[in-house]
This record gives sequence, C-alpha cells and structure tokens, in this order.
Amino acid sequence: MHDDTFNAEMSHEFSSKEPINLIYSSTALNILNSWREQGLLGYAGTILFVDLATGKTRTEKLSEEVAKKYVGGIGLGMELYLSNSKAGVNPLSAENPLVLTVGPVSGTMFPTGGNGHAFISKSPETNAVGEAVSHGTFGAELKRAGYDAVIFTGKSEKPVYLWIDDDSAQLLDASQVWGKSPGETEDAIKNELGDYYVRVASIGLAGEKQSKIANIINEKTRAAGRTGLGAVMGSKNLKAIAVRGTRDITVAKPDEFITMVKEFHERMKGPAAQKYRTLGTSENLMTQNALFCLPTRNFNNAHFENAEKVSAETLNDRYIAKIIACNSCAMRCEHEALIREGPFKGTLARMEYDNIWALGPNCGVDKLDAIIKAAELCNYYGLDATSAGVTVSFIMDCHEKGILTHEELGGLDAHFGNADALIQLIEKIGKREGIGDMLADGVKVAAEKIGKNSSELALQIKGLEVTGYDLRCLKTAALGSAVSFRGADQNRSGAYTVDLKGKVDRLKAEKGRGKIVKDAEDIYALIDSLIICKNAKGTLYKELADMAKLYSLVTGYDMTVEELSVAGERINTIAKLINVREGFSRKDDTLPWKVMNQPITDEGPAKGAIVTQDELDLMLDDYYQARGWNVEGIPTKAKLKELGLQEFSSIIEGKEA
Amino acid sequence: MVKLHERKFVSTDPEKCVGCQICEYACSFTKEKAFNPLKSRIRVVRVNQLANMAVTCRLCEDPACVAACPRDALTQSKDTGNIVLDKDKCNGCGWCIEACDYGAIMLHPESKVVYVCDMCKDKADGPQCVKWCPEEAITVVTSDVLAQKARIGAIKKLFQQPEEKN
Repeated sequence: MHDDTFNAEMSHEFSSKEPINLIYSSTALNILNSWREQGLLGYAGTILFVDLATGKTRTEKLSEEVAKKYVGGIGLGMELYLSNSKAGVNPLSAENPLVLTVGPVSGTMFPTGGNGHAFISKSPETNAVGEAVSHGTFGAELKRAGYDAVIFTGKSEKPVYLWIDDDSAQLLDASQVWGKSPGETEDAIKNELGDYYVRVASIGLAGEKQSKIANIINEKTRAAGRTGLGAVMGSKNLKAIAVRGTRDITVAKPDEFITMVKEFHERMKGPAAQKYRTLGTSENLMTQNALFCLPTRNFNNAHFENAEKVSAETLNDRYIAKIIACNSCAMRCEHEALIREGPFKGTLARMEYDNIWALGPNCGVDKLDAIIKAAELCNYYGLDATSAGVTVSFIMDCHEKGILTHEELGGLDAHFGNADALIQLIEKIGKREGIGDMLADGVKVAAEKIGKNSSELALQIKGLEVTGYDLRCLKTAALGSAVSFRGADQNRSGAYTVDLKGKVDRLKAEKGRGKIVKDAEDIYALIDSLIICKNAKGTLYKELADMAKLYSLVTGYDMTVEELSVAGERINTIAKLINVREGFSRKDDTLPWKVMNQPITDEGPAKGAIVTQDELDLMLDDYYQARGWNVEGIPTKAKLKELGLQEFSSIIEGKEA
Repeated sequence: MVKLHERKFVSTDPEKCVGCQICEYACSFTKEKAFNPLKSRIRVVRVNQLANMAVTCRLCEDPACVAACPRDALTQSKDTGNIVLDKDKCNGCGWCIEACDYGAIMLHPESKVVYVCDMCKDKADGPQCVKWCPEEAITVVTSDVLAQKARIGAIKKLFQQPEEKN
C-alpha cells in the first residue's frame, strides 16, 4: 500500500488437511518500539494482513502520515480499503477485502474511547462503502495485541476463525462453531482456547448464509450492525475473530491525559449524559411520537397510538434488569432487558431506540415482550435489527396492500401489529427459510423479486434500510440520510438533532442545511475514527477542540483544531471517492419513494409533510457546494488537492466537469 | 496488630458494578504508568450481561496464598493485614494463585513474580480504584461493615410493604 517497509513473515501454507496455520509476526514489537522513539504514541504501528485463501499472514508498518491524515477507525479503514481493493468487485466475492480497525484512543482509559472497533468493506447491501462501528472491549484487546488494523483478503476453503494472540496470528478450524449464534460461538471459542478473557467478534447463521442484512457481533450484545458486513465475513468463510492482547498502552502525556479523563468522568455525571444514564436512547420514542416523526407501520403513519406501551418508561419499569458499560466508559448506557415471566421468559437483549422502533412501532407491534424477543432473535442469528425490522414492516405493508397473499407468505398472517408474525418472520429471515430467503437481503432486493410496484413500499436509500426518523417532517435529517455515504442512516451526521431541538424549521427545506449537514458529518466521521462514542457526543463540550486535545495528549503529536477539522472533511471525501469509483453520483443521493410521494396523513403538527424533488434538489445543491463538490456530487480536483487526496484523483477523471 | 474486624480491604457491590473496567485501568496506571488490565491488582468479571463484579484481595484471616507458598515469599502484615511479597524469594511457581479462591493474586507478565493489591499504601487518598469508580461500587470496608450492611439490608427487606417488594 504505502511506501513502508514490507515485512514478510515466516508462514506456513494453509492446507485443508491441517487447518491450523501459525505465523509469528516477530517484528510487531520492534515497530512499536520504533514508533515510540519517534514520539507518535496511540497507534500500535502495525497492520496485519490475513490472506484467507492461502492462510498466509504478514504485517506492514502503518505510515505515520496516513495515521495523522485518517486518524484511525473508519477513516483509516476506508483509506486502507481504497488502497487495497479494485473497482467494481462483487462485495461477496474473494476480491472484496474486509478491513477491521481500531483508533488511536483505543486501549486507553479515555471514557468511551478505550473500546471501539470498526469494520469497513464494500457493502453487499448498497455496493457503496460499507462501515459499521461497535463498542465493548474487543477494540481495546486488539490494540493491546499490537494492531491498528487487520485486512482480510481472499476466501477460505472451509470455515475458519482468526485467533490473534499478541504477535501470533493463526487461522483455526471453525467447523465446530459453524451454524452457532455469535453468543454461542464466543463461549465455544473461549472454551476451546481455554482463555476466558479472549474477546470475540463473530457472525451468526445470517452471516454464514450471506444475508445482506447480517451484522458482526462482539461480546454477545454489541454489533457492527449496518451495511451487511456480516455477509462479507460469511462469504469469506470467516466465522469469527478472537483476540487476546497483553501489551501496555501508554500515552504521550500521561498526567495531562489523566486529568482530561477525570474531567470527562465529571461531565458524564452531568446533563449531557443524563438520557443515556437513565431511560436510555429509547427516551426518543415518546418525544418523536409527540412531534409526529415516529415512523409507524412502514411510514403509513408518523404517530403510534400505542407508543406508551413500548416507551422507555415502560421498558425500564418492567424489563430493564441492568445497565452495563463498555470498557473504560464512565457513562454506561447499555440497557439490558430481561423477561422474567410469560411465553418469552428468560429472554435477554440489549434494547435501544433503534431496535424498539424498527421491531415495534414500525411494524405496528405494541407488545414490548415480543419486541424484546425479536431483538434477541436478531442477535441470535446475527441480523441488523434495524434492517430486519424494516424488512418485516415492508412485507406487512405488501400483505396489507394485497401485493402478497396469505399463500405467498406461506400461510403467515403478516398484518401490522401481529407480534407472532414478527417473530416468525425474524426466524425465517435468520435461517433463510421459506419466505425468509426472499427477505434475507433486505427490502431493495425483496422488492426487486416481488415486483408489482412494491419498491414504493421499500424504505431504503442506496439499498440500506432507513432508521427511525420520519424524514418527511425532519428535513435536515432527510438531507443527511440522502447524502450519507453508507445509505439511509442517521448515524453519519445526526442531522435529526437540529430538527428535533428546534434549531431550524424542521418542516422547511432551505439553504444553509447543506453546511449544517456537512459540519455534522465531519464531526461524526472523527468520532468514528478516533474511535469514541456518539452517545457521549454531548460530553464533548468543545467538539473539535476536545477531540484535538485528546488526540494530542494520546499521540504526542500536536493536532490543531484546523488540522483535525480538515481530517473530518477528508474522511467524508474519501468515503465519497470510494462511492464515485463504484459509480455513485447525484442520482443515488435520494430518498425513499414514500418520503417523496406519500404525505403524512396524521392529524398533528406534521400533517401533509413530504419532501419534494425540488426541495431535495435545493438541499443537495447547497450541500455539494458546502463540500466543494460539483453539482453531480463529485469532489473536484481542487478539493482533492486541498485535502491532500491527489493520489486518488484518477477516480474523478472525466466526472469532474 | 490490627484486629480482624478492623482490617480494611476493597470490596465491590455487584448491584452497582457495571463492568466498565475503569478500576483496572486506574490500578495499572497508578502502579505501572500504563493502561493494561493484565497489570491491574483488581480484575473485572462479567459472567453474563447481568452479572458484573470487580474482584481483588480480601486480606483473608489465615490467607491461603501465604500458606501455599513453598518458599515463604508471602507474609501477611501484622499492622495492616496486607499480603506482602518478598520478590527475591518468589519464583513465580503459582501455588498461591491456585490457592486463592478469588483469583486475587496473579503472576506479573513482565517481572514474573506474583503481585496483589496493597491497598495503595503509598497513596494518601487510599485505593485508587475506589477513587475512580464512577458507580461508587467499590469501597474500602471491614468485614464488620460488610456484615452490618447485609444485616440492615435483610431487615429492611423483611419490613417492606408487600407492594414495595415488586
């Protein structure tokens, strides 16, 4: 990739008879030490390459320049993806690399910063750049093992898992865990390795069967959920990644760093963390219901009459058994719901706004215990709960509109609100069984198979299912979702925040929204690159300044606010470059059919709301201008030069004018 | 000599512990200027999502680790009850590790001798895990205080009105 020393390690050929392949990357520690001499801490300094076809691994030094330019996490991951892949590959083929990264803060004590990791590849769902971040402890462990990134290429002949034990990286036989859930896989691998502090990220049955809505789960309840990267693992016959790291993580300025950590511990006791510490993200549900922006029954309504039954208040009152924390986090927000009695007794799942919305109001389901069960099943099969819920609501909508009959659904009574149908459909999608086979690749593929204008009912952008915000009456969020490089998602910009907080007129599309979305995207990209946590974003009182200080204290490199701001823009632009390389342009920055053609009908403040093509065009022009891209949404040569991305200018050749 | 019921040690309330591992980082940073759970004197166990607890030395009366050491490298301080290691005598055999019911004494990955909580005896403000725990789940207690807490908790439960029990 870069101009770094190439370190080929001693390696053994992978053989089908002897599926154990042991490689010692003895140089990793030397690299680490040389980095320390140079003074750039935070990074481990090493990238691990794993060729699944041959079983060979090797390491490369992470260039200091690349580290500073792309920070880490999704930024570094997308740079590594672009530099190590070809255009136009099938995402589920051996030619599509999968990148795993951590950030410079990973493994330190910075609250929320110690624990994240990111997966990056070409998404099988969107054919655009796919990325998903997860938290827990896995990322910290990978950093302690001595790696900033792992790049998987090729495809294994048979199921394997990667076992990283500091310098040693081995592919082990995964046939005994093939078919198991991520949770079961984690336990089985810990038992096999005889080490209970091993951290595991794995796919479930959905990933094995290459469902395009499959996720990658670590530590049982944490998921790199969106864009179907579990299917990429499945297509490579890579069941899991297990890691144990024993190295010290040190920071450049320990005393100042620890003072900053203490300050953030205090901030996390304050108002910025209050929602997460108490009711949790599901607090959004009643707020959005009151504002008529809670998508209900596949966007047929924007208000759910039974919202109280599935609210955060009801959830906490009846089911939340414990709120737990990720590694190093002083805010703890992971709400664990336990069902103590009834038909779903013993069910345990992490519940957040996203999965309650997708599996609940969005499907018209008001039975909270069934929603928790459905969420647990998503974790069991390794399905992204948001995409799975939107897929179920799509099929319910098709059924109610007579597009799919009872018989075509295999006798399933898939009416909105039918909790049994919800659970059965999740099971079928997870197993790719019966109708589930047609649905397992998400709504876009399902609509293509069904035909009959069902694509109008498919709530997706670029192939990725929408999240729980009614974009018709949240127009900044609509722009944010339309331009999001990974498809429909609020997590690339959090643009809904200005709408919901009343900082702008949420029903109006106007100039200025482009800049708001652009700035928010840059901040979000940095959060996902450092990697810190979006739930704790409110504790970054001085966003960029706080992040620049954190980066500087950890790495010893004096990162300025301006330089970091440019890095945020660079990360969004390199994501766009991947998409441009794959043929994406303005035409793809669009909104679901219903958002643009079916106004909100509920009596209330949002009645009649819709996003017209004119409104979208106005906002797109404004956004591209704010980004310094042309009207087709293609970054200009001048912009690439400004951001130090000239090496990729061949991508925009001929598209720039 | 400190009396048994006055002996202070670090204890975690599993009801409050959220498994964040901040205590591990605080400990390893205090003791070794590095973030590394493997060098922490307190370790977090998450059995499942609902069962989290940090574990460290409980300064047992008649400690099994001391009894198990074939080289007399471990002793218990008469003044504080702390387990004290004579580094020159320890050869890292691990008998004490096997003897401890709590996994509170461990082999140091670099020095190759065992290490155990010393109650941050060099720190004026006491054990740093206690100071850092954001959930106030970790406290310095005596066995007598633990018994008092348990007793009071049990009696409160007994006198609860039926509707409060749910």
